[in-house]
Parts: sequence; structure tokens; C-alpha cells
Amino acid sequence: MSDTKTSVKRRGFFSAVAVGGAAALTARPETATAQPAPPTPSATPPGAATAAAETKTPHELPLTEGRSGSDYMVDVIKTLDIDYLACMPGSTFRGLHESIINYGGNRKPEFLTCLHEEISVAMAHGYAKVANKPMAVLLHGPVGLQHASMAIYNAWCDRVPIVMLAGNGLDATKRRPGVEWAHTAQDNAAIVRDFVKFDDQPASYGHFAESLVRAYAISVTQPAAPVLIMADSELQELPIEDEPRGIPRLSLPRLPAGDPNALAEAARLLVAAENPVIVVDRYSRTQAGVDTLVALAEALQVPVINKLTRMNMPNQHHLNQTFRARALLGQADVILGIEVVDFWGTVNDLRDLIHREEVHLTKPTAKTISLGTTSVPMHANFQDFQRYQPVDIDIIGDGETSLPWLLEAVKRALPAERQAAIAGRGDKQRAAFKQIQGATLTNASYGWDASPISVARLCAELWDQIKDLDWALTAGESFFQSFWPQKLWKTEKVYQFIGGSGGYGVGYGAPGAVGTALAHREHGRFVVNIQGDGELMCCPGALWTAVHHKIPLLTVMHNNRAYHQELMHVQRMADRRTRGIDRAVIGTTITDPAIDYSKLAQSMGMWAAGPISDPNELGAALRKAIDVVKRGEPALVDVICQPR
Amino acid sequence: MRTLIMCLSVLSIAPAMAQDAARGQHLFMADGCYECHGTVGQGGAAAPKLAPDPLPAEAIAHYIRHPAAVMPPYVETLVGDADVRDIQAYLASLPQPKPLNDIPLLAR
Repeated sequence: MSDTKTSVKRRGFFSAVAVGGAAALTARPETATAQPAPPTPSATPPGAATAAAETKTPHELPLTEGRSGSDYMVDVIKTLDIDYLACMPGSTFRGLHESIINYGGNRKPEFLTCLHEEISVAMAHGYAKVANKPMAVLLHGPVGLQHASMAIYNAWCDRVPIVMLAGNGLDATKRRPGVEWAHTAQDNAAIVRDFVKFDDQPASYGHFAESLVRAYAISVTQPAAPVLIMADSELQELPIEDEPRGIPRLSLPRLPAGDPNALAEAARLLVAAENPVIVVDRYSRTQAGVDTLVALAEALQVPVINKLTRMNMPNQHHLNQTFRARALLGQADVILGIEVVDFWGTVNDLRDLIHREEVHLTKPTAKTISLGTTSVPMHANFQDFQRYQPVDIDIIGDGETSLPWLLEAVKRALPAERQAAIAGRGDKQRAAFKQIQGATLTNASYGWDASPISVARLCAELWDQIKDLDWALTAGESFFQSFWPQKLWKTEKVYQFIGGSGGYGVGYGAPGAVGTALAHREHGRFVVNIQGDGELMCCPGALWTAVHHKIPLLTVMHNNRAYHQELMHVQRMADRRTRGIDRAVIGTTITDPAIDYSKLAQSMGMWAAGPISDPNELGAALRKAIDVVKRGEPALVDVICQPR
Repeated sequence: MRTLIMCLSVLSIAPAMAQDAARGQHLFMADGCYECHGTVGQGGAAAPKLAPDPLPAEAIAHYIRHPAAVMPPYVETLVGDADVRDIQAYLASLPQPKPLNDIPLLAR
């Protein structure tokens, strides 16, 4: 008997059982045909033939099955060394769900129970930036995919690999009426095709294997991005009698390095420059990448401006001059951008005025070099590729792969007579860095005893208690915290800072942190998330997943009781229009009632303290929470904070 | 420059009023100054520090009506000169921060 023939009978049988079961609850089968038709039937009453079929055991149809299509899908997934699979359950992948937990033994991948698909994808997003490999995500047809879409877009903008699978039943004759139709799309991936790198709807097991293995390779190849493969519902649930052909071996491409001639040309420009500057964006994935950037910067004593989307450069290194960006760019004669997504916005500004005004931040004579994979957008609909910026040398190549070659080219091009000038430049940078450090501490002292608690105080209290641990900061947009962790803490390891959401889509913070903390767990690192209050309410269920899966993570609420960025936007509009300036709080603040985040966390089984508004009580609360996290559990401290 | 002189003139001929720091604090919050500058004018990523040692009221008034960078404008009909003086009084009333050596978490 062929698979197809079997499946037709089996599906028909399941439908009959379902309808018959419902009927059996309301009428005795032998009397059903004698009853008058109900006045407003919700389903067609069974006829004599149907009733007979329902009451007889269909001996010719199988009631159980052994190896199923979704078992084979698990075999394919297991070839990819994927440790975790994040998922909110859904019927379109019930077969695959069962295969993962039973046939697959719930290991590699291990199932992570999530309370929303946005949480699943954001967890995978945060995880990948630390683990340096993708997590799998299982999504429920168009329903779950639409829930997940914003988180997918964030990962797309942030150049992060995620391997997503979605259930979907293409064969219309196999769908039960109602829900199964509503939860199916003929081209499900179309929902997110603009911000995934590859997708497919495999029509056979062999096709599934090839597409998933191919998708994995595409996802992790730089520039990395999410990929999406459909797991057809019927294929999942069919029994396998003839084993599909073998699973293709994963072959990962070597990452592309920039053209050697172009790198040599760039090196000559950098060596000859009087005031070169390096701007670095989504660059570092490994500690080796960080070390190479430090070596390049030191070879030329060139200041580095970090766009704070990755760790990139130790923040206490004297050449990390991130917070002098405007001054450095204004005097630069050569600017090297490494994996800079927004080069135009690096060398220009567009002021937020009624008539938006362009401001050029660099000299017209400054030479610009772009090195990375960012200057060729993969898709055009969503505009995350930013404004077009012509550069003098555009080198396409992965930043981490190319930089050692650029460093060698710089060393070769560096004449001995330049050493003294370069050393002098280093002395100037040291002096400037020392000045910034002093000003930073003074600035942190303003509002030190204020209530609401200053964000500088919050970060200083936190740093005091984690600085001797193997710590990592996760998620979050640095701007919201006025960059205080980047200013006050000492960041040396690549995993200690991984940037924010990528697409600035609110909601990433909490689930991204949970995914990040999961990746850190096997290394025993202490993970901190400074979490915006408004953002937490997008995906509060992430807290439950952290508790459920025993993922140690300290969440410190930066609770300003508002969507504060939006409050400032509305204030700006009110100021411009002069119709009243005291009502911007309408629709932007989260008060009346104020949300009690410690109770929210406690309701999901998490240890929590707060709200804390007295800065003198903060240290003790953090200490207790840190003890909880050290025991391997998540904890939350709600801190009533200054806006920024 | 002409604008600055005009503003200073307007303020100088305004009737003298007692500066009310408490009212200034209320206005600082109600008019949204705190949103970017912080509730005690400590500044941050969104805007610079205003306190302690604020600019004179005349300079504040001139700047908020003719902001040079991206700060939104606050016109006189909504934030009058008396309001500015009270806001300045509030900012001037804020204490100096402790010396860094008296803040163990910031001492280096």
C-alpha cells in the first residue's frame, strides 16, 4: 500500500471519528436517523451510512503508526547540531512536536516552551549572538508566523542566524473544515519573505532534507539572517514505509574576504592619514575578531568609534573613543567603516526639525573606506539598509574574515619613519580618553541621590556587585540607559556586550535576554538584563520561560513608567505646534495604575523585589537577587528610574 | 545676536517677580523638561545637564525659544519669562553633587 493511499484513508477515518464522537455525545447512534433535524444545525447530521461507519471498527484502516514523516524530519534536524528549539505549540506541527520530544528524546534539539512566537524568535535571536550558532524555532502556520514576524524582522536587521520551521498543510483535500483552513496559507513564507534570507515549502522528505540543510548553511553565512522552511503537516503525519534517501551532509562555505588589492589600497590610505578613524558596527562575533581590531587600532594608534551593536572593542582601551565620535569624525581625513550598516548616517546627520536639515559631519576631502557585507542589500522592500553613501573604496567581504588581511597589509605599508608620528597620535588619544573617563565619573555623580533613581546610579550599583564575576550584559538599547553600562563598566570579552534588537522593534529585550542567558548558562556566566518597563509588557511571558527552564538571569527593571522615547516624540510635536505642552503624557505613560513588575514576575514563579525608588535601598535588593541568580534561577528587581 | 539682545531686553523690562523654586519644579515636570534632562536636570543621552549651576534665566529663555540644535522650541506664550525664572530657581536650588571621593562607587 502506498503512502498516499494510506494517508487518504487514515485522514478520512480521523475526520469520521471526530464528527462521530461529537454526535455520540448528543444522541444514541441507533436512533439518530429517527430524530428530526435540529432547527439550527452547526454541522450536517450523520446519515445512515455515516452512522454505520461511525459505529463499526474500520478494521482495514491502521490505528497506529510506527516511524512517521516527522521522525525523518527530526533525523534531518539532528544532523545540524542544533541544541534548542523554541516553540509555542500549534496543531500544524503536532506530528513534529511529538517526534522531537519522543522519537528525538527531547535532546539536540531540546524543546523550549514559549508563550508567544515573538518570544520564541527573540530568544533564538539573543541566543545566536552568544552561542555563535542558530537555535531552531517552530512556528504554527500563518498564525504563529504572523506573531513571530516582528521578532524575525529584528533578527534580520541585526544579521543574526535563526533556523525556523513552520507547519503548513498544502493539500486542501486533507484539511479538516474550519481551523485547519484558517491556519493554512498557500505561500506561508510570503508573510516574512522580505526579511528572511531563504525559504522553501518542501513537497517530499528528500526535498525537506535538502532545503533544511541548505537553509542552515545560508543562514549562518555572513551576512547571517533568519531562514524559514515549511514542514508540511501531511508529510509530518504520514507513516514512512520506504525510508527516504540519505540526508545531505552540511557543507559550510568559507566566508568571503575582501579583495587583496583593495585591502592594500585601504592600508596605504590609513598609513598615510594624519587623522584616521575607524567606525565599527555589526562586526565582532568572536574574541579573535575583537583582538584583531585592537591590533589594527594599535598598529596605527587610530581611534575607534563603536556603534554599539556588538562588543567590537574593549571599552576601557584608550583607543575606544566612542563618545568622542563627532569631534573625531569632524577632523578625520580617512574613515574606515567596518560592517557599518548606516555609513551615510555615520558621516552625516539629519536633524529632527520641521524642515529636516542635513548636517555633514566630515570634511569634504575625507576619504572613506567601507569593509563588510553591508553595502549590498539583500532585499529592497524594508528600508533597513539606510541611505546610500558613496565611498572611495568599497570592499565587499566579511569583516572578521578580512580584517587580519587588512592588518597585514597595514604592517607591510607602514614605513619606519611613520612610527614616531603614530606614537604621538597615541599619546593624544590617551590624554583624550583620560579626560573622557574623568568627565564620565563626574557626570555620573549628578543626581546621585535622586528619586526616581538615576540610571547612572543604577548601573554603578550593579557594576559594583558583578565586576568580579564572569558577567555578561544582554539585550536592550544602550541609548535608553544613556550608555551608562558602556561608560562605567569594564567590557573586555566579546560576549559581555551584544547590542540590541537590530530593528528597534520593541519587545526583543526580555525574550532576547532569556535566549542570551541560555547560551551563557553552560559557561556559568552571570547574565544581566537592564529591562525597559514598556518593552517588558510586549512579551512578559518570557519571564515564565526563564523560570520553567531554570535559566539564570538577573533582570533589573529600568522602570520609567512610560514609553519614554514616544513621550519625547509627542512632546516635540506639542512644542512645535504650540497648542499646549503639558499633555504629551497622554497615551505615552504607563501610570494609573503603575504596573508592579515584581508581582508580575512573582506570579510566574520568579524571585523578585521592588519597586525600589530609594537609591539607598538598591544595593541590598540587588545583592539578594544576585544570590538567587547564582543559585541558578532567574530573578527580577524593579527599580523606579529616571527616564534616561 | 540681534535676537539675543531683544530677548534680554524683554526680560529686563519685565516686572520683577519673586522666583518660586517650588513652582519651577512643578513646571519643570509639567512642561516636559524632565523628559530629556532628568528630574533634577542631571542630563543624559537625550539632553545635556542643566543643574547644578544652571545658566541665567535670560540665557535659558533665549535658548528655549531659539534652540540651536535639535531641542524643540518652547514659545513665550506657553513658557513665559516668569515661568523660566521659576524653572531656573528650581535648578539653582538643586545641591552640588558630592565629591567623587565621597561616593565609593565612583571613586577611582
